[in-house]
Amino acid sequence: MNQTEAFHERIDEALHNDQMRRNFRSALSGIQAKREQQFPDDAQLQALREQARAVRANALVKQPELLEQLEAKLTENGIRVHWAENPEQANQIIADILDAATAKTVVKGKSMVSEETGLNTYLEQRGIEVVESDLGEFIIQLAEEPPSHIVAPAIHKNRQEVAQLFHRFYPDLPYTEDINQLTETARQILRDKFAHADAGISGVNFAVAETGTLCLVENEGNGRLSTTAPRVHIAITGIEKVVEKLSDVPPLLEILTKSATGQPITTYFNMISRPRQAGELDGPQAVHLVLLDNGRTRIKVDEQLLDTLRCIRCGTCINYCPVYVQLGGHAYGTVYPGPIGIALEPQRLGIDQVGSLTSACTLCGACGQVCPVEIPLPKLINRLRAEAVNAGREASPLIGRGALRNKTEATSWKLWRLVYANAFVYRLFALAATRLRWLTPKKLGGWTRYRSAPKPAKRTLNELARQKGFRSE
Amino acid sequence: MSSNNENPPEAAPQRIYFFATCLIDLLYPNAGLAGMQLLRRAGVDVVLPEAQTCCGQPAFNSGYRQEALSVARAQLRCFPNDYPVVVPSGSCAGMIKHHWPELFAGERDEQQALRIARNTYELTEYLVDIVGIELTDLGRPTKVAIHTSCSARREMGVADRIERLVGQLSAVDVVEQERKAECCGFGGTFAVKQADVSGAMVKDKTAALKATGADIVVSQDVGCLMNIGGALDHQGDDTKAQHIAEFLWDRTS
Repeated sequence: MNQTEAFHERIDEALHNDQMRRNFRSALSGIQAKREQQFPDDAQLQALREQARAVRANALVKQPELLEQLEAKLTENGIRVHWAENPEQANQIIADILDAATAKTVVKGKSMVSEETGLNTYLEQRGIEVVESDLGEFIIQLAEEPPSHIVAPAIHKNRQEVAQLFHRFYPDLPYTEDINQLTETARQILRDKFAHADAGISGVNFAVAETGTLCLVENEGNGRLSTTAPRVHIAITGIEKVVEKLSDVPPLLEILTKSATGQPITTYFNMISRPRQAGELDGPQAVHLVLLDNGRTRIKVDEQLLDTLRCIRCGTCINYCPVYVQLGGHAYGTVYPGPIGIALEPQRLGIDQVGSLTSACTLCGACGQVCPVEIPLPKLINRLRAEAVNAGREASPLIGRGALRNKTEATSWKLWRLVYANAFVYRLFALAATRLRWLTPKKLGGWTRYRSAPKPAKRTLNELARQKGFRSE
Repeated sequence: MSSNNENPPEAAPQRIYFFATCLIDLLYPNAGLAGMQLLRRAGVDVVLPEAQTCCGQPAFNSGYRQEALSVARAQLRCFPNDYPVVVPSGSCAGMIKHHWPELFAGERDEQQALRIARNTYELTEYLVDIVGIELTDLGRPTKVAIHTSCSARREMGVADRIERLVGQLSAVDVVEQERKAECCGFGGTFAVKQADVSGAMVKDKTAALKATGADIVVSQDVGCLMNIGGALDHQGDDTKAQHIAEFLWDRTS
């Protein structure tokens, strides 16, 4: 099965799952309302977006120096820095750290980058127990599913589904659909894991070059426990997360939490600067940071694609995407779903692998309008569509260009050009279409499954306008 | 809603080019004609260049940029003079105003394309901001839902102009649907390439519109109207879908 067919099969499955689609509609409407409450003033929001965009753009321009500075500062602070070019290297590095520390059990905070590398499966195959400690991640780990959203990984499940899942895995506990009870259950299970884990793994929201500080945004306290309770903490992040100064963090943090979940601030904001020092009572004895490239440097050489890397993984584009709300994240079949996934994944994995994602967009522009760092997502998606059907001669870092070009489609656009690039041909075509309108087909594939077929008018506007005395000059 | 006194219209130029769009020329000519008649009645000299076909948007949004460029280029000679170009569609106006500069970048006729892009207006934008049109409602009481197309809303930033126009009509009651800013699922070739997703989206949109009890759905874009109206008709619903120009002309003439 080719990628387009596979994508359509997943879409078909999603569209037939009415419960899931209701869950998405209700969850996303709620998140949208909360976000909008946080930004009552358009001008203020716009000023903050521009500030956040500038911080991120500046960090990308200076990235090589900032990464060097980050490494130097972190090392100075006693945090070990590791560089990984691809997922395999990142996983290997983490496994080696765990081996050296004879770590057999790991608690994890939420990390999308570890989804990129398939870290859990990799570690489990090596006999290491990995427990996701974010409530949403914990739920989908039980269900053996990938996240369906980058901020709210279990957003596709309602509370009845979670209750049934918990009951299946913990049959001794009384069945409940009460959210507080369910959370309490997860808390009890995880508390024991936090207390006994050998290592903790987390992601990073911002890595500050100036001070060598790893910032981690979270709500449940599990991030704090994962990074401080076990004796080893390993953070993993994409190299684009570096920012220049500590003063860059507040505007990013503000727009991140307000955009992502509609919260003015999260419950926890962790700033990790060093391992436990002599005489300190808590904190890990060793802290590591794995910096993953995984195609990011390649993307960075292109002036337009570079904008993709401004992303702060807030998921707002996903929350507002009218296609995502119908499909949910799993239909995309990639780590990152929704508009940012459509823009990022073909760049990361190749158009020949996942270029079909670009068809799942109406170019309505909602994502671009809400993106807190002003990534021109519709423009990027349009560019990727062009590269998907045209190999082109100009330089481009995109892999698999032209992979989705097919003869039938290319020929129909050539025919379209033949008709519309020549006024005389078009007039003949219009004359035929209006005079022979009774020949218009009643069935037009997918269109008429849901709508009546449009029919040409009896006379074109051109003809009607002449009758009414309008000039053509 | 701000009145014309706060925001006085610029002196309306005497002559404009009307760029009717391919969908209107072939499928919904009455919408185009209504737009031209509204302008003419307000004292604008409307020129409909005969050689116009399409702005190139369908191919541009599908990735076929060379084909889009050829078709867009063929339009340039329709606009030899420096008159404003008025387009009765948010998305086609957006294509000319915002995407032609990208499409023509580095091409021999780039300057000409840029000149036209700068001079392009969506019809309701032109009627409100430049002409400062005044309407007298002659129609019977009716309930109207406004579907602001995504292009009018986001690309052109002119979505509120319909509200301002309809707001002048004394017998029209505007009802608001749930998730007003959400796309109707048309998206040009999206409706073909992702037919089932598009179908699910338009089902949600029509459900929201029907829930308002509106008699008519109006919009700045016939693309959206073809989608929404086609779906309403397919569902056997008699809510009418009409281009804003035709709606305004019908009620004021």
